Amino acid sequence: MEEKTIDKTELKSAPESPAGPGEKLFVTSSPHFLNKESVPKIMHTVVLALFPAMAASVYFFGFRALLLYVICIGACLITEYAYQKYMKKPIKVYDGSAIITGILLAMTLPPGFPVFGAILGSVFAIGVGKQLFGGLGFNIFNPALLGRAFLMATYPVLTTTWVEPRTVQKAVDAVSAATPLALMKFEHKFTPVLDLFTGNVAGSLGETSAIAILIGGLFLRYKGYVNWKLPLGYLGSMAAFSGIFWLIDPTKYPDPLFHLFAGGAMLGAWFMVTDMVTSPTTDLGQWIFAITGGIMAVVIRLFGGLPEGVMYSILFMNAFVPLLNKHTRPRVFGAIKAKAE
Amino acid sequence: MAENNGYSLWYEFKKGLWQDIPPFRLVLGTCPTLAVTNSVVNGFAMGMATLFVLLGSNIIISAIRKYVAPQVRIAAYVVIIALLVTVADMFLAAFFPPVSKALGPYVPLIVVNCIILGRAEAYAQKNPVVPSIADALGIGIGFTLSLMTMGFIREILGFGSLFNIKILPPSLFEPWIVMILPAGAFLVFGTLIAIVNYISSRKSAASDKA
Repeated sequence: MEEKTIDKTELKSAPESPAGPGEKLFVTSSPHFLNKESVPKIMHTVVLALFPAMAASVYFFGFRALLLYVICIGACLITEYAYQKYMKKPIKVYDGSAIITGILLAMTLPPGFPVFGAILGSVFAIGVGKQLFGGLGFNIFNPALLGRAFLMATYPVLTTTWVEPRTVQKAVDAVSAATPLALMKFEHKFTPVLDLFTGNVAGSLGETSAIAILIGGLFLRYKGYVNWKLPLGYLGSMAAFSGIFWLIDPTKYPDPLFHLFAGGAMLGAWFMVTDMVTSPTTDLGQWIFAITGGIMAVVIRLFGGLPEGVMYSILFMNAFVPLLNKHTRPRVFGAIKAKAE
Repeated sequence: MAENNGYSLWYEFKKGLWQDIPPFRLVLGTCPTLAVTNSVVNGFAMGMATLFVLLGSNIIISAIRKYVAPQVRIAAYVVIIALLVTVADMFLAAFFPPVSKALGPYVPLIVVNCIILGRAEAYAQKNPVVPSIADALGIGIGFTLSLMTMGFIREILGFGSLFNIKILPPSLFEPWIVMILPAGAFLVFGTLIAIVNYISSRKSAASDKA
């Protein structure tokens, strides 16, 4: 994201500042290309891409889902504004990145999650996850996932209380239910893939409807904001790795399609693994990042103590991004590999 | 340094309370700071046990400082500290069994607490007994206050209680489980270090201007 953000004002003012108005030879530092991308444009396109998934969750979980989105987005924006104002930093709250964090955080929460918890998670996500590291572009971890991880540790019961879809708006307050992954893990029941695909299952707001997220993700891919290696590597390695276990014992382990469409795999692969700030910049690094992340997620799902592993797999791999960037830097064309002493 | 007048004794005492406050400025003794501070009472008991051991070890070590060969000094210090820790551990187990149970293995672990060996090396072995007492009292009280601050924050947020008395009704406040867990200790510890650094950087900036 950093390389795409070009400060146009700097380029325009450059000729006047060092040389004075009379000079004919201008020397400016790179980059010399200007393109039309900017942080707000990318961010607002991502928000647009999240709309199908938001609409699906509002359809399945009703007013409650809408409320969570509003609360999370609002709390994220206010936190970002307050921090930048207090620290006397440039106010960049309008660039839309806080909106995305808010939406993604809300998508990782169960529909019945209380409002104060959502506010707490948003404040932690933006305040600690993003601004303490220096703001957009400097955060090591995906802020929304960090907020979710904090909420998971803070309210372990509330973050894992799920409801059946399409019950919230009826006379019944909510019918508690288990997610497909929890059913798989603790009761060895497999949910039909078609239900997972359309989203007619219990779960967090954003982990129910795979098709809606897929639409948004492919739209981002079409716009060129998603590097195809990351979701492909992540989902591909999840499918391949879980496929091995499925082939060994299909009665005990679910099939790869189940893994791809259940839980947060789709949301994580399209909107969190591909976070421009917290994913590697080199080709090889991106492959390693995505493939290892996918394997981690399946390992946690099948053998870990938690039913869902997407969040921790992505956070875990986020921590390796600086190392991956350092050690997978491509050789400069023509450079000779340094000999070992 | 070791002039035996009132001002320097006061200084030796006072430095442990802010300038050299153990967990936040020296970043020593972080193991008990992170492990036993999930309530104010635990923090206080741990701080008092450490204060006792530190006081005793500083007195003994500064008293025998001229008779211990430098090559074997660490071994000698560890024996002295272990003796005092055993006394503290048995005292707690005899008179305050619940506290002793809550602190668990962390009381015996005072033996390897770097504050005690650190003060022995950095202070007691070079200074007479009376300043060493002032140093031990200052550092020990600073350590106790730090642990109690950590315990205060973690107990209120993690249990909604203070001194084991519920003060925040569960209907109003949903306790943050994370604050009882080790992760919460790290969060509080980091935040407090940041606050202490912020205040002291502002202090030194103000004294530079003056």
